[in-house]
Amino acid sequence: MTALAVRLRFARTGYGKVGLAGSLLLLALIAVGPLLAPYDPSAIAGLPLQHASRQFPLGTDGLGRDVLSRVLWGGRSIVGLSVLATSLAYAAGASIGLLAGYTKSILDPLLMRAMDVLLAVPPLLFLLVLATGAGRSIPVLVLGVATVHVPSIARIVRASTQEVATHGYVEAAVARGERLPALLGREILPNVLGTVLADAGIRLTASILILASVNFLGLGLQPPAADWALMISENRGGIALNSLAVAAPALLIAFLTISVNLVADAVARSLGTSTDRKRVAR
Amino acid sequence: MNEHALAVDDLRIELVSGEPVVEDVSFRVGHGEVLGLVGESGSGKTTTALALLGYARPGVRIANGTIDVAGTRISGLSEAQVRRYRGRLISYVPQDPAAALNPSVRVGDQVGNMLERSSEKEAHVDDAFELVQLPTARDFRRRFPHQLSGGQQQRVAIAAALVCKPAVVLMDEPTTGLDVVTQANLLAQVRRLQRELGFAIVYVSHDLAVVASIADRIVVMYAGRVVEDGPAARVLSEPQHPYSLGLIASVPDPREPRVLRSIPGVAVGVGERPPGCPFAPRCPQRIAACEESDPRLERTGGDRLVRCLEWRRTPTLAPEWRAPSGALPSRPASLLAVEELRAEHRGRGDAVVACSGVSFAIAQGECVALVGESGSGKTTIARCVAGLHAPARGRVLLDGAALAPLAAGRTPDARRRIQIVFQNPYDSLNPRHRVAQSIARPAQALRGYSRKAAEHAVADLLERVRLPARLATRFPGELSGGERQRVAVARALAADPDLIVCDEITSALDVSVQAAVLELLADLRAELGLALLLITHDLGVVSSVADRVLVLDQGVVCEQGAVRSLLASPEHAYTQRLVAAAPTLSVR
Amino acid sequence: MTATELEAPELVLVDVPSRRRRHPLVGFVLRRVAAGIATLFVVSILLFAGTNVLPGDVASAVLGRDSTPAGLAQIRKELDLNRPASERYWSWLSGFVQGDLGSSVASQAVSGEPTPISGLIGDRIRNTATLALCTVLLLVPLSIFFGVLSATRAGSPVDHAVTGISLGLISLPEFVTGTLLVLLLAQWLGLLPAVSLIAIGASVFTHPSILVLPVLTLLAASLAQTTRMVRAGMLEVLRSDYVEWARLSGHRERDVVFRYALRNALAPTVQVIALNVQWLVGGIVVTEYVFGYPGIGQALVQAVSARDVPYVLSVGMLIAIVYIALNVLADLLVVLLVPKLRTAQ
Ligand code: SF4
Repeated sequence: MTALAVRLRFARTGYGKVGLAGSLLLLALIAVGPLLAPYDPSAIAGLPLQHASRQFPLGTDGLGRDVLSRVLWGGRSIVGLSVLATSLAYAAGASIGLLAGYTKSILDPLLMRAMDVLLAVPPLLFLLVLATGAGRSIPVLVLGVATVHVPSIARIVRASTQEVATHGYVEAAVARGERLPALLGREILPNVLGTVLADAGIRLTASILILASVNFLGLGLQPPAADWALMISENRGGIALNSLAVAAPALLIAFLTISVNLVADAVARSLGTSTDRKRVAR
Repeated sequence: MNEHALAVDDLRIELVSGEPVVEDVSFRVGHGEVLGLVGESGSGKTTTALALLGYARPGVRIANGTIDVAGTRISGLSEAQVRRYRGRLISYVPQDPAAALNPSVRVGDQVGNMLERSSEKEAHVDDAFELVQLPTARDFRRRFPHQLSGGQQQRVAIAAALVCKPAVVLMDEPTTGLDVVTQANLLAQVRRLQRELGFAIVYVSHDLAVVASIADRIVVMYAGRVVEDGPAARVLSEPQHPYSLGLIASVPDPREPRVLRSIPGVAVGVGERPPGCPFAPRCPQRIAACEESDPRLERTGGDRLVRCLEWRRTPTLAPEWRAPSGALPSRPASLLAVEELRAEHRGRGDAVVACSGVSFAIAQGECVALVGESGSGKTTIARCVAGLHAPARGRVLLDGAALAPLAAGRTPDARRRIQIVFQNPYDSLNPRHRVAQSIARPAQALRGYSRKAAEHAVADLLERVRLPARLATRFPGELSGGERQRVAVARALAADPDLIVCDEITSALDVSVQAAVLELLADLRAELGLALLLITHDLGVVSSVADRVLVLDQGVVCEQGAVRSLLASPEHAYTQRLVAAAPTLSVR
Repeated sequence: MTATELEAPELVLVDVPSRRRRHPLVGFVLRRVAAGIATLFVVSILLFAGTNVLPGDVASAVLGRDSTPAGLAQIRKELDLNRPASERYWSWLSGFVQGDLGSSVASQAVSGEPTPISGLIGDRIRNTATLALCTVLLLVPLSIFFGVLSATRAGSPVDHAVTGISLGLISLPEFVTGTLLVLLLAQWLGLLPAVSLIAIGASVFTHPSILVLPVLTLLAASLAQTTRMVRAGMLEVLRSDYVEWARLSGHRERDVVFRYALRNALAPTVQVIALNVQWLVGGIVVTEYVFGYPGIGQALVQAVSARDVPYVLSVGMLIAIVYIALNVLADLLVVLLVPKLRTAQ
């Protein structure tokens, strides 16, 4: 079987297909949405809290901005920042795990104890503390979310590296005197990659969840940014007058997280690792 | 009606897709008889055995056939109906008791749960424990499986299988993973129990030598069919099917060093069976008719059956003794010398001594074997030689010059001259590299070949290890276990070494594949003048390949000498036990 | 000599100590608790560093635009910002372990008086505990029920329904579930109160209906998660060699599932549930905020918004204590449930 076939196998499961279709649809919406937006998302376009009308298909928010335009703009931050945070987490976590797993130096226990401590702090609490100390800004938010993932990624990569390092082909490479970069790059990394990427999707979902939550609490992105989570938070007060201003972004977030998670789950399954067990094993 | 303990007729088991796994299987087991069901991996022996309990693993189903146990028909019943007979009429001893015993149930209860609730339950469990010579103390029965040794765990499983006094006991490779001495004890005990209690046994195994020590009758399976069926002694001494013959010729014998003969080709898997005789592609005596018609299991007289059109032409078994190569002239300069080696494993806190005071030398072109059971330190010694483990004390010398403890500190030339091949064929090759890449790398790294030159060398090397050149572009995942080990040998040869360290390189292979790899090693020695350091637990392998042998017991060399004389008359008590326990085809 | 004539030297018992120590677990418990305390200590440093040392002048952040030089100096003095960080850390920690949680700066900015944090959080902790307890009491039996149900019927329509629904619910953030529940039940159907409009001092017991939506919200994600994991654990056990052997030994299917499989699936299940209770810690903060529920989580978010450093620090530490305690507790339970771990000293 070719590698491509393995990679695409996830799409064969029913849920995987639904998830893939949903994710692509949303990505398209997020990409072209701003072009379709009838109004400037932060411009006051009419009276506050109007019902849906021909002029404002989803009504207006508490400041009189067009909800549809804000919805069309509001997916970029959530997807973009989550992808960024997850990638950063992988870059850092994989490097730490690879080094700690292969070099049996003092580095390993040191790094792992540090990771233990990070794991002992609830992720949301960590982000709240960060927001208190370092203020609310996009870099703080992204770095914070990335940091939350680093310990578990490092652990998985480390365990997998340690396992691969006992294999005959790695020992054969050691016995013929290959240097560290060649050992890590040629022999170990390619064989660790599968395990590592198996739950990338799940981590992306987790990033979206926590990023959106922090934004919703008002501790991440700040007004007047158009962001789905922030919109829910802003428009809750007017829920009785224009419930669509809350319902639309809420449903979109639900649609996004469910689609991404369906794909993530199917990918993990096709790579032979059950997501459930991953989480049990932490 | 009730003349057989077990009668199987026309059994067919297929994948859910309809592809046959086992077909046209029929055999009988008399009361108090031990039947050895023999086959290599993929032969369908375990699938057949499980079917005797009316059980099929997920993905396969029993499509046809009748099974009678002591006159009771247990085929064609519903799961709930057949369950009443399991354990009572026919019981099962699993392959790996460590996994099959429930980790959170006390061992006494695991046996007791087989019985109905009754006041005598305790007494019955007691009896069963006593039968298999386990302590009957209450304290012992209250232990959990992990608190028992491997041999004891298997005895508990046997006690559970016997406690309801079944007519037939099915044993599925029950000695896998046990040391030879433990295995010999267990086999002796099973045989004794069987004589005392008179139950019949179906003993499933890939190991002909083990089966030879216990079975009255042997059924050989190949590609999901019975190919030969007859009294054990006769089948072993004068096999009538060419596959049985090949299998017997592949089994190394610890007492009589003989030349191994492998069966050419590879076993066919489910779904790739050719029309006609499934053995035809590998058969030396096939005729045109073999590829057209499917031979039937035919009675050949003397209570024997064989499935072969040309069985009369099957040659007689003619073992060929190995020429005694012990006549090595005294060579002053040895290639490799190990002096007073001591190695430790550092766990948490204190260090565990893997071996100590080990000294030996290997001359150019010589094959020295290190023999020992698991935990004897033999693999650690191999790793010290290859520079993968730093010794705590002692030296490794190459041509009289001391080597650095770890490979990274050795000269490229020293690294080139000593190569190592590992035990597990499934992790000895990088799954992301093509065969050609794996083989070419040492030539580039250690001999300074250019990429082009190294790739050119690949075809030669593949030929050296008797593999077709087209495998060069494959990934390891597309190769069989035997093919992978050959590629690993080719990778070692690519460095143009003087010595290859072979760490249990055949222990994960089927016996006919093992014979082929051992044959290859012997040929390479003759062609290239290679020296070999052979690490193994199998005295049979030693006797078929090695010149000299060192016996290790818990990290210390307890005896060493020329293979022939050492195996013929061991002096140390431990070696004697080992030699006595090693299964063999030669004496029955 | 053939194999039959061998003596059996292997029959000697392996070295399992016959006299067991009285409490083989005590050592383990002590070690685990000690490790937990050590972790907490490091976490306290982390929290302190996160709130105090990172860039950004806390004093001006607290007062915002209305800061006057005198006010700033006052706050700085109150927070001891002029002393080195290590000294401040020690005085905070030594106060904390003696029950002095410090004073809230934000409330001081409002009232002019330093308010002790311990006086502000009593009722809130009780409310939050009520919410958490209600959720867990529903979560545990429901997740075991659904998990075992779908594992024993793997591949059936029931299983598909359970896995499908849980896969969907698992990926919803609490604030989305909460918002959608409000829209559906309170806004469109008008069945329940949308927000918890009770005075902070009043008990949730006098208004039990305000618990419904928060509990449902918390249950949605955590139940989905635990059900899936219980199912996976159970499936793994059902596929094990010992379950196959139990079937081959003729045990009844009911016995196989309940006596053989479930007992072994229990330990991972406990672990999973403990893990989820830990995750509830995060979920509760968001959920309380969504519904304006007068708990400690809501207060924490407000404190973060106001950058009330002492409040965030002390409450954060309390949350970390609960989190780590749960972790230790789960480990101990698992050791009790798995004979192999229990009998190892
Ligand atoms: S039937 Fe023909 S091919 Fe098959 S074993 Fe006999 S001789 Fe060989």
